[in-house]
Amino acid sequence: MLVPIEWLKDYTNVNVDIDEFCDRMIMSGSNLETATHMCEDIKGVVVGKIMEKKAHPDSDHLSICMTDVGTGRLLQIVCGAPNVREGICVPVALPGAFLPGALHGHDKSEAGVTIEEGEVKGVKSEAVICSHNELGFEAKIIPVRDSEGIWILPEEECGLKPGDDLVEAMGLASDVIDFEITPNRPDCLCMIGMARESAATFEDELRYPETETKNEGEGKCTDYINIGISNSEFCKRFYGRVVTDIKIEQSPWWMQKRLMYAGMRPINNIVDLTNFVMLEYGQPLHAYDIRTIKGGKIDVDTVAAGTKFTTLDGNERSLVENSLMIKDAEEGIGLAGIMGGLDSEIQEDTTTIVIEGANFDGDNIRLTSKALGLRTEASSRFEKGIDPNQAKDAVDRVCYLIEQLGCGKVVSEPIDVYPNPVTPWDVKVRVSRVNKIIGVDIPAQQMLDIFADLEIKAEMQDEDTIIATPPTVRLDLREEIDFVEEVARIYGYDNLPLTLPAGVANAGEPRAETVRGMVRDALSAMGVTEIITYSFTSPTDVDRMRLPEDAWERNFVELMNPLGEDSSVMRTILLPQMMQTLGLNFARSNQRVRFYELGVVFAPNEFEPGAAPVESENLCIGMYGDLVDFFVIKGMVETMLDKLGITGVQFTAESGHPSFHPGRCATMSVETEKGTVELGVIGEVHPDISEDYGVGMRVYASELFFDKIVDMAHTEISYEPLPVYPAIGRDIAITVDEETLAGDIRKAIKDTAGDILEEVKLFDVYRGEQVEKGKKSLAFSMIYRSAEKTLTDEEVDAVHEKVVLELKSRFNAALREL
Amino acid sequence: MQERIAEILSEAKERLACATEKKEVDDIRVAILGKKGQLTEILRGMGGLSKEEKKQIGPLANKAKNELEQLINKKFDDVKEAAKNAQFKKEKIDVTEPGREFRMGVKHPITLVAEEISKIFKDLGYEVVQGPLADTVYRAFDGLNSPANHPSRDLTDTFYFNEDICLRPHTSTMQVRTLEEREAPFRIVSLGRCFRCDTPDATHSPIFHQCEGLIVDEGISMTDLKGTLDLMAKQLFGPDTKTKFRPHHFPFTEPSAEMDVSCFKCGGKGCSVCKGSGWIEILGCGETHPNVVGLGGIDTEKYTAFAFGMGLERIAMLKYGVDDIRLFYENDMRFIRQFR
Repeated sequence: MLVPIEWLKDYTNVNVDIDEFCDRMIMSGSNLETATHMCEDIKGVVVGKIMEKKAHPDSDHLSICMTDVGTGRLLQIVCGAPNVREGICVPVALPGAFLPGALHGHDKSEAGVTIEEGEVKGVKSEAVICSHNELGFEAKIIPVRDSEGIWILPEEECGLKPGDDLVEAMGLASDVIDFEITPNRPDCLCMIGMARESAATFEDELRYPETETKNEGEGKCTDYINIGISNSEFCKRFYGRVVTDIKIEQSPWWMQKRLMYAGMRPINNIVDLTNFVMLEYGQPLHAYDIRTIKGGKIDVDTVAAGTKFTTLDGNERSLVENSLMIKDAEEGIGLAGIMGGLDSEIQEDTTTIVIEGANFDGDNIRLTSKALGLRTEASSRFEKGIDPNQAKDAVDRVCYLIEQLGCGKVVSEPIDVYPNPVTPWDVKVRVSRVNKIIGVDIPAQQMLDIFADLEIKAEMQDEDTIIATPPTVRLDLREEIDFVEEVARIYGYDNLPLTLPAGVANAGEPRAETVRGMVRDALSAMGVTEIITYSFTSPTDVDRMRLPEDAWERNFVELMNPLGEDSSVMRTILLPQMMQTLGLNFARSNQRVRFYELGVVFAPNEFEPGAAPVESENLCIGMYGDLVDFFVIKGMVETMLDKLGITGVQFTAESGHPSFHPGRCATMSVETEKGTVELGVIGEVHPDISEDYGVGMRVYASELFFDKIVDMAHTEISYEPLPVYPAIGRDIAITVDEETLAGDIRKAIKDTAGDILEEVKLFDVYRGEQVEKGKKSLAFSMIYRSAEKTLTDEEVDAVHEKVVLELKSRFNAALREL
Repeated sequence: MQERIAEILSEAKERLACATEKKEVDDIRVAILGKKGQLTEILRGMGGLSKEEKKQIGPLANKAKNELEQLINKKFDDVKEAAKNAQFKKEKIDVTEPGREFRMGVKHPITLVAEEISKIFKDLGYEVVQGPLADTVYRAFDGLNSPANHPSRDLTDTFYFNEDICLRPHTSTMQVRTLEEREAPFRIVSLGRCFRCDTPDATHSPIFHQCEGLIVDEGISMTDLKGTLDLMAKQLFGPDTKTKFRPHHFPFTEPSAEMDVSCFKCGGKGCSVCKGSGWIEILGCGETHPNVVGLGGIDTEKYTAFAFGMGLERIAMLKYGVDDIRLFYENDMRFIRQFR
């Protein structure tokens, strides 16, 4: 919301400098985006009067303008603008002048341009006649009349003399503040609204504009037109007035400047006036040429879906259900609250107009505007909410200004169709409640003063109760809590002390979060780094994982409105994005990459279709680079699980997982009291996948079901006393068939040795000269210990012998000398 | 005999002087003091001597034995020392060669910030709560007092699975969940992933993280809100940090505020980080709207509440000077490793 300070001063006083003004407005609730000092960069530009215009000898579009700049000598200036002519006053940039805009249609340069004397096609040019663009005005606010040429200055209105400094004579230097208006305050989307805020902030007066008209037009409004509302659900009010003897001309400079600085382009007096008053009151207005209203009748009603209508912008639109229209006796002439029709637009020769100040249902406007893809200044204002009581004041204000500008005669007896007038409402506000929420002790009288500053009528009902009646434009003030906010912001958040809530409370965190922290610590210590990737992915990810058509991983939860096909489904596994991330890092020559991600995966809710998807959390680890192989990642997973007190993880060879090397993949599980718990998969990623993702090295990865890990994890430390009795160590080396699994042997050793075997470790695997082909040698070290006594060699030997016999018989193992 | 002892002694001394290795010294010891050593033989042969001779030779031989033992022990020490020195010389290394590389893993910067913030609030007695990423439209909007036509509900703003279920656009769904489930009083924070329909660019990401806080108790006021968040800012950005609370609007709080912190880069003088203002906006907060506090049946006359929410990426970007939010999700090792 652009607010020119000069315009704001029409309604209230601003007696502080701009920085203080901004700061205090921010602290009372009007946050601002920017504060701009308009035209402060323009230097050395004066008013010039073109005394003589001659044709350029070598050009058919250039002219030579002999221009009076108040020095007594006429300057010779070459000008290419089509609208240049004798007798007009124009901005002249003298040599040395600085222009913030672009010169002669060149691209705007950030630094601006400094003017020098020059020559154009062999003719000396002593200065430059400027357009708005060259003076730095944005294209969208340049008045229509001058948009294709130089700026023709309002000589008479501003009493301009050749040689006057342009910025000073035209009052160009002024501040414009762009306020950020929050959605609860549509009443601030206008000058009076902001003036109300300013007046409350600075405890100053608020002056409403004049609206009293003389009504010199003939007859009364109903002599010209009848107005009705057929759909009073969507049209709350239609206030219309007729103005005759319209003279279409340029608006006065004071109004043009206000419009331009507020971001609107001046067009002609009638259009400008409706825009000006819209910006004053926030009430969208529309003017119809009465010649185009057939049957002298206006009605507001919805039309059938599919009805065709050509809007002001020249587009034919097919209307949707519940589109509300302004209609004459025969057809639609305007899309209510959104845009007028092409046919009823004001023309150069328009003489009699109907001015509409209507109020439409915000939701209806929003739905129609959205369905048609047509959002306008008016529609956006109706969507946000407008007080229907504004309509009358706004239309009367336009009529008043038409009379003041002498460009029309206002007809008496306006037509006001307002079936259910909005009347002010009362809200009970308890002083004690306000103070309880704010946390200080503001006296009732101070609250009454704050309300008065905000134009809220307020009186004490009893010593703790204020009856507050806000102005009807304050659509946001409905409940007691709304008034608490008004008191707080005007009292000033800055004036509130800092306190901490009394009492103590028990901190804590969910178990999963504790386990996450432990997993992160364990993996960090082992050199694995955390990544975070998107939760949605491409459905083709699972193809790249080589998963079959019927894989459960393809059971996606789909987004209704994804950003694109490649992020259209919620992920079911983490591995694809891990591969993607490893690929990116490999492409960037990052060495020794070891990553993990803790992330949520999604599955459709099979039991309750339409309910929220089922979420579970996975842990994915992925790595490439030297010093990694299957046993490195396996060891990391085991170490991490060990930290969580999860031991005895079974690794079962898995040759059928399509995403992994068939000879280097295992599923992981743990036996618990409740049965076998599957933990996930681990292995060397299938070489085709590594290649697909551009990783030129072997990739090792594991994906684990984190929720199950959380279920089993021990987050508390458990201490056991150190053993009292000595241990006895025995090593054993055996030769077995290559196919025999080390894990099976280990298990057999444990099962056979029983309780006194404290630890068994595979410490060497050997294949080669000393061992028969097709066989391998495995060396285990065992530690025997009893918790009750010192074991004797004989006792250990007996057990150890049993182990050897078991291995010989079960695995056809041959004992080797160590 | 006397001469023989003197001879053994001088010969031994001579050989010892030349010895450089432990074995040589040992040989000398064996040759003289060993079981069959020269001096041992003499001492052993003493039995055959006369009383007179014993008296004369005995002390002499013992003296020679003691002297030799001392000399040999000293020589042992010398030789050992020499060997050690030789070893040291041989084992000398270039200490300027690089140390072996041990790469610790690194937590993602968003995790770092999340842990830091949750620690601050845990210390203040807040309980960390967590919930699903997909949640009902009611918990994402209606329960938070968000108007039916609020633009954040649009398909262009929030991701939907169907008209009732969306990916949460903020962690505030956890406010609703907690208010549905718990009795007052309580204090919670919830940190986690959120989603909005933003095409990724330097400052937007369809996935981001938030921290949400809610305290419900008797007498919770705006001054408590200010004090709590001021304390958090000081812990997060340093003890000299100042805070400024500007009135703002959120559907779920009233009165509402945005909190700025004094720029930690320039200390408030104005720089590129704070765009010259000296202040940086970091969070939204307010006294929780009675409609929200009361959604699960809590007595809003008895209990009041405040809530706040902030973006973790924004905090991380400000704290570490990261200028492109996409870096957090690209996961380039060179980026993440810097947060070790």
